[in-house]
Amino acid sequence: MSHSVELHSVGMSFGRTRAVSDVSFTVEAGEFFSILGPSGCGKTTILRIVAGFLQPTDGAVLIGGQDMAGLGPDQRPTAMIFQSLALFPLMPVWENIAFGLEARGVAKAERRKKADELLHLIALDGYGDRMPGELSGGQRQRVAIARALAVEPQVLLLDEPLSALDLKLRQHMRSELRSLQKRTGVTFIYITHDQSEALAMSDRVAVMSDGILQQVGAPRELYDNPATPFVATFVGETNIIAGEVSAIDNGIATVESTHGRLRGRAGDGLAVGKTARLYVRPEALEPDGNGGNRLTAEIESIDFEGAFALAHGRLDDGGELVASIASTRLGHAPSIGERASFAFADVNAVVLPDD
Amino acid sequence: MTDLYKRFGGGLGTLFVALVAVWLTGMVLAPNIMMIDYALKPNLPPAEIGGPRDVYSLDNILYLANEGVHRAIFFKTIWASALVAFVTFIVCYPLAYWLAQNATQNQTAIVLLALTIPFWINEVLRTLAWYILLAFRGPLNALLMSLGIIDEPVRWYGDGGVLAGMTYAYILFMLFPVYNAIESLEKSQIEAARDLGASVWRTHWRVVIPHAKAGIATGCVFTFMLAAGSYVAPALLGAPGSRWFTEIIYNWFFEGGDWNRGAAYALVLLVLCLTVVLVTLRIARVSLTEVAK
Repeated sequence: MSHSVELHSVGMSFGRTRAVSDVSFTVEAGEFFSILGPSGCGKTTILRIVAGFLQPTDGAVLIGGQDMAGLGPDQRPTAMIFQSLALFPLMPVWENIAFGLEARGVAKAERRKKADELLHLIALDGYGDRMPGELSGGQRQRVAIARALAVEPQVLLLDEPLSALDLKLRQHMRSELRSLQKRTGVTFIYITHDQSEALAMSDRVAVMSDGILQQVGAPRELYDNPATPFVATFVGETNIIAGEVSAIDNGIATVESTHGRLRGRAGDGLAVGKTARLYVRPEALEPDGNGGNRLTAEIESIDFEGAFALAHGRLDDGGELVASIASTRLGHAPSIGERASFAFADVNAVVLPDD
Repeated sequence: MTDLYKRFGGGLGTLFVALVAVWLTGMVLAPNIMMIDYALKPNLPPAEIGGPRDVYSLDNILYLANEGVHRAIFFKTIWASALVAFVTFIVCYPLAYWLAQNATQNQTAIVLLALTIPFWINEVLRTLAWYILLAFRGPLNALLMSLGIIDEPVRWYGDGGVLAGMTYAYILFMLFPVYNAIESLEKSQIEAARDLGASVWRTHWRVVIPHAKAGIATGCVFTFMLAAGSYVAPALLGAPGSRWFTEIIYNWFFEGGDWNRGAAYALVLLVLCLTVVLVTLRIARVSLTEVAK
C-alpha cells in the first residue's frame, strides 16, 4: 500500500493560541481514516491544513508523496465535505455535482453525463433537476459526496458531515459511507467527536486532545489497548481505580488500591512504586464471577438499554462503578440496594501511569 | 389589522390606522394626484381657469414627445442613471464583499464609520467638494499634471463629473444592501467553490452574486431612482452638454413659469422610472417585498 497523506510534525498557531502541536501520522491509500476528539481538540484544524485552507506554522503535509506547502485548496488532489455540506442552494443538483468539472472547463454535455453517473452511484437517479432544498437530509448528504467525488480526488476530507442528521439516518449513512468508500477506493479522512461513529466506520482512528495526537490505531486496538489515560476514558465507557504499582511481572501490573490488590495489563511508562490507574470496561465486570480481581459496590440504579443494562454502583470509597449486564442474564443480576461483588480477568484491565 | 386591534385595543389601534391613513393620503396620494391633475391641464392665465379651455388633454406630454432636445435629454437621463447604478455597483461590490466576508469586526466598524461620516454633511456641500476637486485649476488636475499623466488640465465638469459626483453621493445606498446580502452567505459556500477548483471570478459569478441578487437589485433600484431624480450633481458638476432631465423640469417650474408642463415632464419621468425598476426586478426575479427588506 502506498502512502496517501503524510503529516510530519505539523503544528499550527493562531496568534498566541497553539491549536495543534507536533502531529505526525500517515494515511494509506484507500484507507478510511478517522480523527476523533472532543470539540476544540484541533481535529478540524488538521483537516483544514490537509485541505489547504490553512498553511501549517510548522511541519509538512505530503499528499501522494508530494509536498503541499504553498498550494491552496484548489490546487490539491483533495475534496472536502463540509459540516454544513455547503451545497449551492441556487443550482440544481446536477450542476452542484458538476461544479468542479465546470471549473475545469468540461463541456456541458459531458458534465451532465458525469453528474448522471454519479447520481446513479449514490442511488439518486433522476434527481438531477431538483434543487438541493427539495431533498431530504440524507439525500443532500449523498449529493455533497457526489459533488466531491466528481473531481476524482485522491483524498476525501469529511468534516463531521453526519452531525446534523437524526440517529437512525446517521447509522444508515455510516454504512453507506463505508460501502461508498470501499467501492470508489478513495482515501477518506473523517473528522468526528462521536467515538462510536469512528469505531464503527474506520480502518484506523487517530485520537486527539488539546491539539496533541494521543494514539493512532485500529478501532479494536484503541479500545483494548489505550496508550494514554485520555484514550482509555474517551473511547468507550470505563471504570477508573487509582492506586500504586507494587509489581510488574510478564506484562501484568499489580496495583494496590483501597479495594485491595488488583491486576491488569501494564501500559507504557509504568514503574513500581509510582501511582497509576487501572481501567476496566463495564462489560469486563461479571457479577459474582470468579477471578482474583474483585470490586464490591452497592447498586444504586440499573438502566435498561435494550440489549444490555448498565448497573451503577457506589464503591466503598465513594467512587462510581458501572457494569454492563447482558439482558439475557438480567434475571440473575443483583437488585438495587444490594451489595454486589464484581470480578474481572487480568487481561481485561489496563494499568496506565497517572498523567 | 385585526392583529393590531388585538394587541393595542380599540383606542390605540384606531389611532394607528388613522395615522397611517393620513400619512398615505396626505403625503403620498394627494401630491401625486395634484401632479397628475396639473400635468393633464393646459397652462392658462388665472382668468381662464375653470373656463371653456380648462379641459384635460395629453398636450403637455405630447409636447415632450415632439420636442427633440428634451426627448434626447430624457432618454440620456435614463441610461445615464442606469450607468450610475452600474458604476456604483462596480465600486461597491469588492468593498461590500471584503467587509462581509473577510474584515474583522473592528475593520468593519472603522470602514463603515468612515463611509458614513461624510453623509452627516448636506448633499449640496458634499457635491460642492467635488466641484472644487474637479475644477479646471483644481487639485485633481494639479495632481495628475504633477505625476505627468496629463499635460493639459482636463475639463472634468460634464458627463464625467456628474457620474463621479453621483456615484459618490449614492455609494451607501448600494453598499448596505449588497453588504447585507453577502454577509448572509455562509463562508463554507465560498470555500467549497474554491475547494472544487473554481477561480475567483467563477466563485463570484456562480455563487456569491446569485446569492446576493436581491441585495444587488435593491441597491441598483435605489441608486437608479436617486440618480434619475437628482438635481444637485448635474447642476453643479454638469456642463451645458450634460443636462439632466430634472434641470428641464426645474426650468419649466421656475423659469418657464409653466407648472403644468413641468408636472407633465415629472410624471413621465416617474412612470418611466417605475417601469425600469419593475422590469429590472422582474428580470432579476426579485419581488418588491424583498427590496423593502
